[in-house]
Amino acid sequence: MNEKENKGGNNDEPNKKFSIWDLPDVPMGQLPPHLQLQKTRVVCKADAPIHTDNISYSGAYASIGVDNSVHLDLFRDNFKVNVIRLTKEDMEFDMIGIDPALANAFRRILISEVPTMAIEKVLIAYNTSVVQDEVLAHRLGLVPLKADPRLFEYLSANDTPNEKNTIVFKLHASCKRGERRTVYSEELKWLPKGSELIKEAGQADSKPTTYTSFTCSQDVLPEFSEDPISPSEDKIILAKLGSKQEIELEAHAVKGLGKTHAKWSPVATAWYRMLPEVVLLEDVEDEVAEELVRRCPDKVFDIEDIGHGKKRATVARPRDCRLCRECVRGEGWEERVELRRVKDHFIFTVESTGVLPPEVLFTEAVKILEEKCERVISELS
Amino acid sequence: MGAESLAGGEPSTVEQLIDRQKLAAPIKTAVDKFQLVPEFLKVRGLVKQHLDSFNYFVNIGIKKIVRANDRIASTVDPSIYIRFKDVRIGTPTVVVDGVSDKLAPHTCRLSDMTYTAPILVDIEYIQGSNDQKYRREKRDISIGRMPVMLRSQCCVLYGKDEAELAKLGECPLDPGGYFVVKGTEKVILIQEQLSKNRIIIDTDKKGNLTASVMSSTEATKSKTVIVMEKGKMYLSLNQFTTKIPIMVVMKAMGIESDQEVVQMLGRDPRYSALLLPSLEECASLDIFTQEKALKYLDNKKDGRALSILRDIFLANVPVHNNNLRPKCIYVAVMLRRMMEAILNKDAMDDKDYVGNKRLELSGQLISLLFEDLFKTMITEVERQIDYGLTKKVRSSQSDPSQYLLRDSISNGLERALSTGNWDVKRFRMNRKGVTQVLARLSFIGSLGYLTKIMPQFEKSRKVSGPRALQPSQWGMLCPCDTPEGEACGLVKNLALMTHVTTDEEDGPLISLCYCLGVEDLELLSGEELHTPNSFLVMFNGLILGKHRRPQHFAHAMRKLRRACKIGEFVSIFVNEKQRVVYIASDGGRVCRPLVIADKGISRVKEHHMKELLDGVRTFDDFLREGLIEYLDVNEENNALISLYEGETTPETTHIEIEPFTILGVIAGLIPYPHHNQSPRNTYQCAMGKQAMGNIAYNQLCRMDTLLYLLVYPQRPLLTTRTIELVGYDKLGAGQNATVAVMSYSGYDIEDAIVMNKSSLDRGFGRCIVMKKASCIMNRRYDSGASDRIVRPRGLDKDRERILDVDGLAAPGQIIRPNDIYINKESPTETRDHKSAEALADMKYRPSMQSHKGPEGESCVVDRVALSTDKNNNMCIKLIIRHTRRPELGDKFSSRHGQKGVCGTIIQQEDFPFSERGICPDLIMNPHGFPSRMTVGKMIELLGSKAGVSCGRFHYGSAFGEPSGHADKVDAISETLVRHGFSYNGKDMIYSGITGCPLQAYIFMGPIYYQKLKHMVLDKMHARGMGPRVMLTRQPTEGRARNGGLRVGEMERDCLIAYGASMLIFERLMLSSDPFEVQVCEACGLLGYYNHKLRSAFCSTCKNGDNIATMKLPYACKLLIQELQSMNIVPRLKLQEA
Ligand code: SF4
Repeated sequence: MNEKENKGGNNDEPNKKFSIWDLPDVPMGQLPPHLQLQKTRVVCKADAPIHTDNISYSGAYASIGVDNSVHLDLFRDNFKVNVIRLTKEDMEFDMIGIDPALANAFRRILISEVPTMAIEKVLIAYNTSVVQDEVLAHRLGLVPLKADPRLFEYLSANDTPNEKNTIVFKLHASCKRGERRTVYSEELKWLPKGSELIKEAGQADSKPTTYTSFTCSQDVLPEFSEDPISPSEDKIILAKLGSKQEIELEAHAVKGLGKTHAKWSPVATAWYRMLPEVVLLEDVEDEVAEELVRRCPDKVFDIEDIGHGKKRATVARPRDCRLCRECVRGEGWEERVELRRVKDHFIFTVESTGVLPPEVLFTEAVKILEEKCERVISELS
Repeated sequence: MGAESLAGGEPSTVEQLIDRQKLAAPIKTAVDKFQLVPEFLKVRGLVKQHLDSFNYFVNIGIKKIVRANDRIASTVDPSIYIRFKDVRIGTPTVVVDGVSDKLAPHTCRLSDMTYTAPILVDIEYIQGSNDQKYRREKRDISIGRMPVMLRSQCCVLYGKDEAELAKLGECPLDPGGYFVVKGTEKVILIQEQLSKNRIIIDTDKKGNLTASVMSSTEATKSKTVIVMEKGKMYLSLNQFTTKIPIMVVMKAMGIESDQEVVQMLGRDPRYSALLLPSLEECASLDIFTQEKALKYLDNKKDGRALSILRDIFLANVPVHNNNLRPKCIYVAVMLRRMMEAILNKDAMDDKDYVGNKRLELSGQLISLLFEDLFKTMITEVERQIDYGLTKKVRSSQSDPSQYLLRDSISNGLERALSTGNWDVKRFRMNRKGVTQVLARLSFIGSLGYLTKIMPQFEKSRKVSGPRALQPSQWGMLCPCDTPEGEACGLVKNLALMTHVTTDEEDGPLISLCYCLGVEDLELLSGEELHTPNSFLVMFNGLILGKHRRPQHFAHAMRKLRRACKIGEFVSIFVNEKQRVVYIASDGGRVCRPLVIADKGISRVKEHHMKELLDGVRTFDDFLREGLIEYLDVNEENNALISLYEGETTPETTHIEIEPFTILGVIAGLIPYPHHNQSPRNTYQCAMGKQAMGNIAYNQLCRMDTLLYLLVYPQRPLLTTRTIELVGYDKLGAGQNATVAVMSYSGYDIEDAIVMNKSSLDRGFGRCIVMKKASCIMNRRYDSGASDRIVRPRGLDKDRERILDVDGLAAPGQIIRPNDIYINKESPTETRDHKSAEALADMKYRPSMQSHKGPEGESCVVDRVALSTDKNNNMCIKLIIRHTRRPELGDKFSSRHGQKGVCGTIIQQEDFPFSERGICPDLIMNPHGFPSRMTVGKMIELLGSKAGVSCGRFHYGSAFGEPSGHADKVDAISETLVRHGFSYNGKDMIYSGITGCPLQAYIFMGPIYYQKLKHMVLDKMHARGMGPRVMLTRQPTEGRARNGGLRVGEMERDCLIAYGASMLIFERLMLSSDPFEVQVCEACGLLGYYNHKLRSAFCSTCKNGDNIATMKLPYACKLLIQELQSMNIVPRLKLQEA
């Protein structure tokens, strides 16, 4: 019935005459421990990690009567999110009981599909600094802007820039004779009324137009009146000016996706790692224990006294393990320590660029995934 | 700071380095002598040999030349003369409208001038005519202008500090050592030459043994060869048409007795036996006396035999009072060496041995040129004075000094420098390509030009000997840096600590030798010459005499040198095998400093180094106190040099300063080169010169024709000592990219790399290409009219978009193809002179300059510069800038000869990421490693990774592990572990696509990557319809002319083999040059179609009856007609198809 399992049991006494009928029955509806390990843990051996992939086929264990299909209610019961750390810029949280594909989807969406505002067009009126126009524009583009992208619309090719899709900044920095200075991002001044630069008129008599056509000032909108739009960091170096150099420009920020250009990515980076699990396969005592503690740079192990002057190593802080694999390096160590990763426990870190708080970014990402799913469903039906 | 004051105007980079060293000086048991390297580089090395050589010329060489030819006397009236009392080079100036102005080199670069200084002479001359003569003196008369080497003593940059250099628009890191000629920077490459005045035993093409001497004195240059043919010795000299038996020559020089010749050779009977055939031949010619011998020779050369023997034969041996005995002895020594070589093959000289080579530097080359031009000028002036005297000008006071003002010297020097042709008839010298344009592709590339050594042979020679790595190159010439391909192994580069000597006064040295017990040649009989336990003493190829205690003598000489009583570059070499002590003080020898050891104990002690660090001691103090000395390649043979202090034995005489100095500047950039397979280092040396980065601090003020700059260049995380010494850390050419070594996407085969799109978005590999566009406004045509620039008149609004009101493009404007950037107009009539009225209503035709570039590339006008050229024409230069981000196919390379193109660009979310969220910038395929064996690259990765995690720049200097100039892998691994990385640099990586961990740990970390100048944008090319060549009507060739892509013979063969005949037909004719012809079926010649009569006509048959129309390639029609023009009649025979 279950050929594979017997082979597993066979290993202990290969030479003895052996009948498969002598073996105890494998409990139905439950995976044997080593398969359970394979399914739920990545084992990080000294040379390479094994069992890294996710077994998602519903019938993978059908032969031993284990159903591997996804159950929504089960997922609902088991799924957990624990926020470990939450600051203005970054957030670390545990996401437990989820498939790596889904966790990865969140990561991917965070990096490339959560829209933000970023400077896309720079109108340079005057630039005598050493920084070339394109380079300056590129640098400006990468400055994260503290502006809620949800309040703006995309600017498509034949739209006119208006207060709903464009944020205008002005930068006017000059340096006195004989001095030097640095231009920081704080000098980018928000122009809520839109562009101030006059377009070169096509006809002489027509009314002078600017590069945007705002119908109203952006700062009357309640969202912006108390929290004016600005770069999220003040001290980003934009350029350096020498004696009598000057920069005068206008920067137009629009909504976009990180897919198009990394400047629209709301996160510095977003990633996850699987929860480390460090297992002592045998009792590690005395000198060996001390050696183990000494080896670990992340202080994963502790020593406990077990009486009679004997000491034993314990795994105290497995979460701190950064997988330097020092504890499994060298002869004999792989038999003592096993490094594992829990496959459905993700320690997720989101580092926001300051555009939105990280938790908002994550919920945005979830929403986008939802939308995508809905789109798939509606396409299918 | 003593060091600073002593350093004077040297770039302060070295000083900064010292301070940094001071803080982090490791304490070691062996004395760390590294600090000597920066100290050495302050005074010598790198490009200083160029400067030294030029300074030598300016201070001594030019004076010698002028002193040797200081009198111009009239042949008509010898009492009228000009005498040069002194000569010197003034400060660089430019003369504008009669006013001379100080000139800075950067001004010259920008306005296409030559950076020159006047050659000033003080003269004394006789003025007046027959009855009244006055002796007059004049000071500071300019006889021409000398191009000035940058940073040499007469350059305005000499001794300037960083701020002063900046004020002059100069980069403080720029090494100087080149010239600015007509606005372009020119380097006189170091020329490799076989040494002059030395006996070289070799075999000729036929396998005959030869002893040759290239004699070179101020007066003559000649080549004397003694050949051994069929056991007999002959002299072969260009002046004699046939070979002359050597015994005849000996007899002609007064050694009539064979006995004496044998004695001169030495007692050994084997020598006499070998000489016997030659003696017999001489006897068979019936020549026994000098008289007869001379007669015999006179027959060969119409009666000038004696003068040839005196002046040309072995010209380097001076002849006093027609005493040819020294020459006889010289010949005897040559013969003896030949016989030694016959008896023992090892005694042959190796032409490729570096000790037999001399490097000719810019000073020497300029000096040759100057001497020639100066002598030419003197003869010209002489003629003019004579002419002035014979003309009997009544205007009594003819001033001969006025004739000195002429351009021939200035022009001659400038022409030679700008063309690179050294065509000096006087010295029978005709060399091409002596100068090269100093390409400012990268900082390190331009440094490379200054250490490059040009070979003596043409590159086409298929010989392996000169190309092979010579053991004697050790420490002198870089073993890595040589080009690939035809010049491989011939073009070499100097190592970091090499110094090339300049000539030294030999008179005092010779008398010193005699004082130290050298027995004068004059006083020795032939017999005594080679007595056992005595060594000959040769000084610069001249036999001085012999010495009975050679070791003692050499020791004494060396002691004097170490005490600085004689020049530090004099080499004393005892050749035990040849039983000769060689003393050399000539210029062009390569030498390097070494620490002296007594019985294996280094003379440089800890406290010396401490004093050096404290700045109370300089490199010269080390020399003066005899702690360090320079050894040239020959003297190295007498030394036992140990690599490290710990490895000495009692026999050790010298200790290396730092082993990494055996590499040159460019190879010095490679981290851990000693872990790489050697050709990889060579490849990197070639590629490092193509890497984009910073050129110089003044890069944005320069007007180069083509400039590649990196937008965000970085300093390598893994540096070497050389990098810091030359300033590469300040003018880097690359970026530290986080590299994951794994396969990804399949677009990474054949060394292609996969790049992260977000990294590119954020500025990785972004570069700026600046191109120059220039235009000269002709100020004055013959007609009196001149070019003009007009304000845009709105005729072509679109193309005039970027013009300012002054008719020139405005800086900062985006320029597209076909945009006008200079709205220039030229007068319609330029020929004959016109009156003022005619000029007023002169018609002008537009001759505007428009931008030519690929469609869709948006460039920006960076700068517009106006200047005047030599003829006072206005010259407008524009720099057009294009910023590029890396794209598919752009070439990148690490510092280990591992080049690769960008294979694909992938979104960041698809990229793998590590447990710490690190996402690589690029992915490199691991297959690049096994066959290339660039272990250095792996160590670089580890070192950089440790460097970023602990915040300290790691070092990877060549052979640096024992001395602490390279971090050891063990230490690096420890650092990695301390920061939570695996000791082997491999990280657990999650796939960005599936989200699961990868089934292997991935080797990941930062590696310094260079972007090379080869970019797809400059190379990609395709076309459909396009321009054709006038003559053949076939599509043009080449990308520059938007040419077609040729179906060549091989492609054609493929198509034939495949049988796609219609495709061939289409490609070769229809798409190329189809042409309709009328062929007369009767005569088979081409006819024509008369459009008026609407009929075809054969002009040979005079009718249109049998005309057929057919298609044929135009080139074929052309061929037929060309053949006809040569009186060949090709007739076509047509058949119905
Ligand atoms: S892998 Fe490294 S960090 Fe993790 S437990 Fe082992 S030694 Fe500690």
